[in-house]
Amino acid sequence: MKKNNPIQQTLTLVKKDLLLEMRQQYAFYGVLLYIVSTVFVINLMMGKPEDKLWNALFWVVQLFVAVNAVAKSFMQESKGRLLYFYSLVHPRYFIAAKLVYNVILMVVMSLIALGASIMLLGNPITNPGYFVGVVLLGGISLSLLFTMLAAIAAQANHSAALMAIMGFPLILPILMLLSNISVSAFLTVFQPDLPRMFWLLGGLDFLVIALSLILFPFLWKD
Amino acid sequence: MSFQGYWINLKSLKIFVINSKTCRFAPEYSCNKMARHWWKALAILLLIYVIIAGFTIEIPIIGTNGQSSRGLFFHVPMWMCMYTMFTISVINSLRFLSGYDLKKDVYAATAAGVGTLFGILGFATGSLWATYTWGGTLTSDPKQMCTAIALLIYMAYLVLRLSIHDMDKRARISAVFNIFAFALLIPLTYIIPKMVDSLHPGSATTPGFSKEDTDNHMRMVFYPAIIGWILLSVWIYTLAVRYKKLELKNIFK
Repeated sequence: MKKNNPIQQTLTLVKKDLLLEMRQQYAFYGVLLYIVSTVFVINLMMGKPEDKLWNALFWVVQLFVAVNAVAKSFMQESKGRLLYFYSLVHPRYFIAAKLVYNVILMVVMSLIALGASIMLLGNPITNPGYFVGVVLLGGISLSLLFTMLAAIAAQANHSAALMAIMGFPLILPILMLLSNISVSAFLTVFQPDLPRMFWLLGGLDFLVIALSLILFPFLWKD
Repeated sequence: MSFQGYWINLKSLKIFVINSKTCRFAPEYSCNKMARHWWKALAILLLIYVIIAGFTIEIPIIGTNGQSSRGLFFHVPMWMCMYTMFTISVINSLRFLSGYDLKKDVYAATAAGVGTLFGILGFATGSLWATYTWGGTLTSDPKQMCTAIALLIYMAYLVLRLSIHDMDKRARISAVFNIFAFALLIPLTYIIPKMVDSLHPGSATTPGFSKEDTDNHMRMVFYPAIIGWILLSVWIYTLAVRYKKLELKNIFK
């Protein structure tokens, strides 16, 4: 197997991130606790909300989980280690590895958030398979966008607040798209635009990936 | 000879008459360059015409719009100025990343600032219009939301710039964010109108200021208004750039 293969390099970096996660388990349990306590707070405040509210609250929880989970991926890297990676791999493979790792992380977190919400807030979902699909798609979209923003925020003095400031206006339309798509999982509504919205979401994800791959090398020239 | 001097430009073999005062205090206003500033005069003339005609011209009174239709000459061009400025900003960010020239970064930041100013003005005039026509200052109207989001994004850009102290690093990072944000902003402004039914003219249920139903008299003011306001925004932008350059003259020389 060739070592210089770009895909091989990317996969090695992803493996390294996953291995670190397995050993430390800090990010995983931290975010897990974050999810459960957030959902529990909602439960204490309003018990079991009706479906429209449930949908809205679920996506807000997802948003905050994404910010916290993804922000960690760059914050945990020390400056020396980043320099070491810089001498080893092309920045494009590095951001690709981060994107893949964050997608994996966010898929797991989305499923946990979904489980916690169903347990604590009741289950108004009538079309479970569809909703799980939308949740996974949403998790992927959120993690992709926030990965690039985390990279920018990491360059600007590792500020998590900055990431929220930059990210929320950009993520807002994606969240609206997601909550509109997921309405079909609760009620039988007529949405003629549904396939189009899926295409839009997929197109946006593709755009974010392309922009990250193109722009990250510029970010990493210290 | 004390006030008027004859100066021969050997390179182009042209002879210019320069007043010694303009020469000393504003070299860019010397006679040969004065020709470049005709558009500023045009902006002033157009805007005087727009303000006078915009408030006095006879307009058709349609439904709840009443006299507030005159907002068309002041509110709609603000939106166009904002997008012109943001486009200038992102082009300069791209140029910065291709050559790492700090001047381009100054252009990008200034254009973003001026664009934000026009965005706020557009939002304010639009809210004022909405208060009397739609019966609410803030509505869930897609265009209003798009402007709000664009403003938030560019305010984030300005905050990002404030948070980094190293100049080269600031230029690089903010250029990357600017391109990233602008590339996402365009599809987003396409998505949001799909989500919400618009109260703005031109969508399904409301009469629009489109070719068919805009009054000819209004169009006679509206098109000059667009050109006039955009020229004014470019003028403000060039002034702000000159000010920034003076601030940073130790770096640019």
